[in-house]
Amino acid sequence: MMTAGTTTPDAKIPDGALADKWETYKSDARLVNPANKRKFKILVVGTGLAGASAIATLAELGYQVEAFTFHDSPRRAHSIAAQGGINAAKNYRGDGDSVHRLFYDTIKGGDFRARESNVHRLAEVSVDIIDQCVAQGVPFAREYGGLLDNRSFGGAQVSRTFYARGQTGQQLLLGAYQQMERQVGLGNVTLWNRVELVDTVVVEDRCAGIVTRDLLTGEVRSHAGHAVVLATGGYGNVFFLSTNAMACNVTAAWRAHRRGAWFANPCYTQIHPTCIPQSDEFQSKLTLMSESLRNDGRVWVPSQVDDARPPANIPEAERDYYLERLYPSFGNLAPRDVSSRAAKRAVDSGRGVGPLRNGVYLDFADSIARLGKDVVEERYTNLFEMYERITGENPYAEPMRIYPASHYTMGGLWVDYELMTTIPGLYCTGEANFSDHGANRLGASALMQGLADGYFVLPYTIGNYLAPMLNQPVPDTDHPAFAAAEAGARSRFDGYLSIGGSRSPDHFHRELGKIIWDYCGMERTAQGLEKALSEIPALYEEFRKDLRVTGSADNVNQTLEKAGRVEDFFELGMLMCRDALERNESCGGHFRTEYQTDEGEALRDDEHFAHVAAWKWTGDPAAAERRQEDLEYEEVQFQTRSYK
Amino acid sequence: MTDTAHALTNLTLKIWRQAGPHDPGNFESYRIEEISEEASFLELLDILNEKLISEGQDAIVFDHDCREGICGTCSLMIDGQAHGPQLGTATCQLHMRKFASGAEIVVEPWRASPFPVIKDLMTDRSTLDRIVEQGGFITAPTGGAPDANLIPVPKPVADSAMDAAACIGCGACVAACPNGAANLFTAAKVAHLNLLPQGQAERYERVEGMVETMEDYFGSCTNHGECEKACPKEISIDFIALMNADYLKAKFKNRKSLSRS
Repeated sequence: MMTAGTTTPDAKIPDGALADKWETYKSDARLVNPANKRKFKILVVGTGLAGASAIATLAELGYQVEAFTFHDSPRRAHSIAAQGGINAAKNYRGDGDSVHRLFYDTIKGGDFRARESNVHRLAEVSVDIIDQCVAQGVPFAREYGGLLDNRSFGGAQVSRTFYARGQTGQQLLLGAYQQMERQVGLGNVTLWNRVELVDTVVVEDRCAGIVTRDLLTGEVRSHAGHAVVLATGGYGNVFFLSTNAMACNVTAAWRAHRRGAWFANPCYTQIHPTCIPQSDEFQSKLTLMSESLRNDGRVWVPSQVDDARPPANIPEAERDYYLERLYPSFGNLAPRDVSSRAAKRAVDSGRGVGPLRNGVYLDFADSIARLGKDVVEERYTNLFEMYERITGENPYAEPMRIYPASHYTMGGLWVDYELMTTIPGLYCTGEANFSDHGANRLGASALMQGLADGYFVLPYTIGNYLAPMLNQPVPDTDHPAFAAAEAGARSRFDGYLSIGGSRSPDHFHRELGKIIWDYCGMERTAQGLEKALSEIPALYEEFRKDLRVTGSADNVNQTLEKAGRVEDFFELGMLMCRDALERNESCGGHFRTEYQTDEGEALRDDEHFAHVAAWKWTGDPAAAERRQEDLEYEEVQFQTRSYK
Repeated sequence: MTDTAHALTNLTLKIWRQAGPHDPGNFESYRIEEISEEASFLELLDILNEKLISEGQDAIVFDHDCREGICGTCSLMIDGQAHGPQLGTATCQLHMRKFASGAEIVVEPWRASPFPVIKDLMTDRSTLDRIVEQGGFITAPTGGAPDANLIPVPKPVADSAMDAAACIGCGACVAACPNGAANLFTAAKVAHLNLLPQGQAERYERVEGMVETMEDYFGSCTNHGECEKACPKEISIDFIALMNADYLKAKFKNRKSLSRS
């Protein structure tokens, strides 16, 4: 059922050699002079790394900025939970790193499914991000001489990851948040907290603004602007259990998709190998243990099936350090997709550990013996504490138990080189877009991308769009398109309340998540995906008939908020499964069991699938149209990705 | 069902219910027959909410998000203690194994006048952002930063700045303080930035701006030390001394000759 499109999206990639494209673009981009910038209003939705960095920078430049967050404070966005670090091609170690190597590692890590020009630009600006963050006072880890320290992350053979203990995301977000709050204090940014985007408004083929719902009063309200930026994060919570925060959702991106923004590669989801295994059926979320732990921890399972001995009683010879065995050159730092599948296979083979036999060990005994407990403690203290709080076990004395969990989504709204979606004037940055990580993201690259987009890319590209609009009238909130969108949103939320069924939004979310995890998780088959595509619409139908939301729409109602988010996850879930079904190959996080090598590694089909699948909304969530953007590689050659 | 060997039974939750900011509010009692000790405290509330919804009642409103102890969204006074009985732990990381069968557990919102109750257990903490707006930053517009290794930061200084920067902005310090003071929150941000070489240019403006804004909204510090004990990140009250010292100096400094000190 290939519905390869006749229209190929124009990615607007600048001409010239790969390494010169960004410089060329910046030299040619139209500018808005400083005095005119205040005539333009930009609406930025989301205040994580991608949003807060854009809000701060655009306001510094002189634009009028309105910022929207559903949290009580912008500082709470989920970027805050990123633990391990941020990559940059600084080559401070002198270990052979360079912009080209970071670019290449990212393309290869993404299994040759990312856009070359975007990734190269990302690697170029990575060095500026570290400079910017240090100037803001981000307290990165230092060596005794006072210079910056680095560590290694998966998929790289150099040390290019900068970190702030196990709280790098927190510190980078606080840096961006502080810059943003400075602009709020100066009156350059209007901050809307505890409001959620419920629709985007398109007038005459251009994004004219958004409609929001106030989470405290239920007020549905329109906001008009010259441009809108969605920096609203990923959709990993479609699985119900994930490492995402409880409120993370796809609604902003999905509502834009329904208004005409194409959604790219939804099947590219990342399952992170090192999370704390599920302990009970009512579990609300899973907790990540940073990939950085794999610098010093060794992953193993017992060699024998059903070995119930405590780890300390299993002799060295009867342990299978399977990552070191299978991938000797990268060992415990094999990339995430590869490590996750290896863990799943170890557990599926009956060698899982822990009370539910649903984990593998991450063992620090060798590192503690080699480095001393103090050094290990200094590197990972908060992670070890978090593990102890959740499991009640002491990871200094016995190995951690870990298992893969949904963590990040590489797919997202399709954007061109300027980060603009297929709706003119609507931009999408950070995890919410699809552009930089291909089919698998490398560790410590999400923070890099969010900040690259917000500090160093969008502020250049948005001016190129706005410049010709100087002194041109744009639709205000009294335009009928806003009134129509508001009415639609009100009736949607009133509708949830009036169903009067018997099951809560969480109930449906959990059921949906189970289908997606079983059939569109770490391993997928055509048969399973077809099954999911018949089960999801049936469950969706039950949702529409049997949902129960208590309370009212004019007051704080977290059950009602959840209902809207779950409905959008249903529609997204169908698209994910269709995308996975039509991509007849394995690449990165998308592993179709029909397409694997004799050694069980992902088998790509570059002849037929070296493209981005971009889906166009048709009004029926089961019948989106598939378009494709062919990926043309000038600089890199396709290779079989090997970490052996 | 839950493994009874690792379950708590027969719990009573007394939870504060308040329909809105102007409603007087009251405690409601809820009975929990059985809960696994592996459950987190917020999962206990999730389960209770599912039950309430199934009975057609309004779910209990509470703030929460990351459930990893880092976003600072969760709050809750549990048995009169901010974030509950486990030291150095946010509510979302508190697990039921810290409680005993048969217990009565009292759950309230942050009790501090700068944080008015919005509904049930949810409060408005946006005054903390107002403090940050008045100096809680280093002015460094995007684009002009020098190379990151140009300014060495001695490791003990970087470590100390990080200790202060670990604040998650949850407001437990304010909730625990008999005066409703925000000195620990403010001091943590002042110290993070004032300790670093990059923060020196604005050191005294920063401390003045932040302290004076803090005093507009919050109570005064009288050195009870409750804040340090309640802090889920165990931030030291030594930072309050540092803030006070900087604030005092700010009143005497000739800003034009700062580079000589």
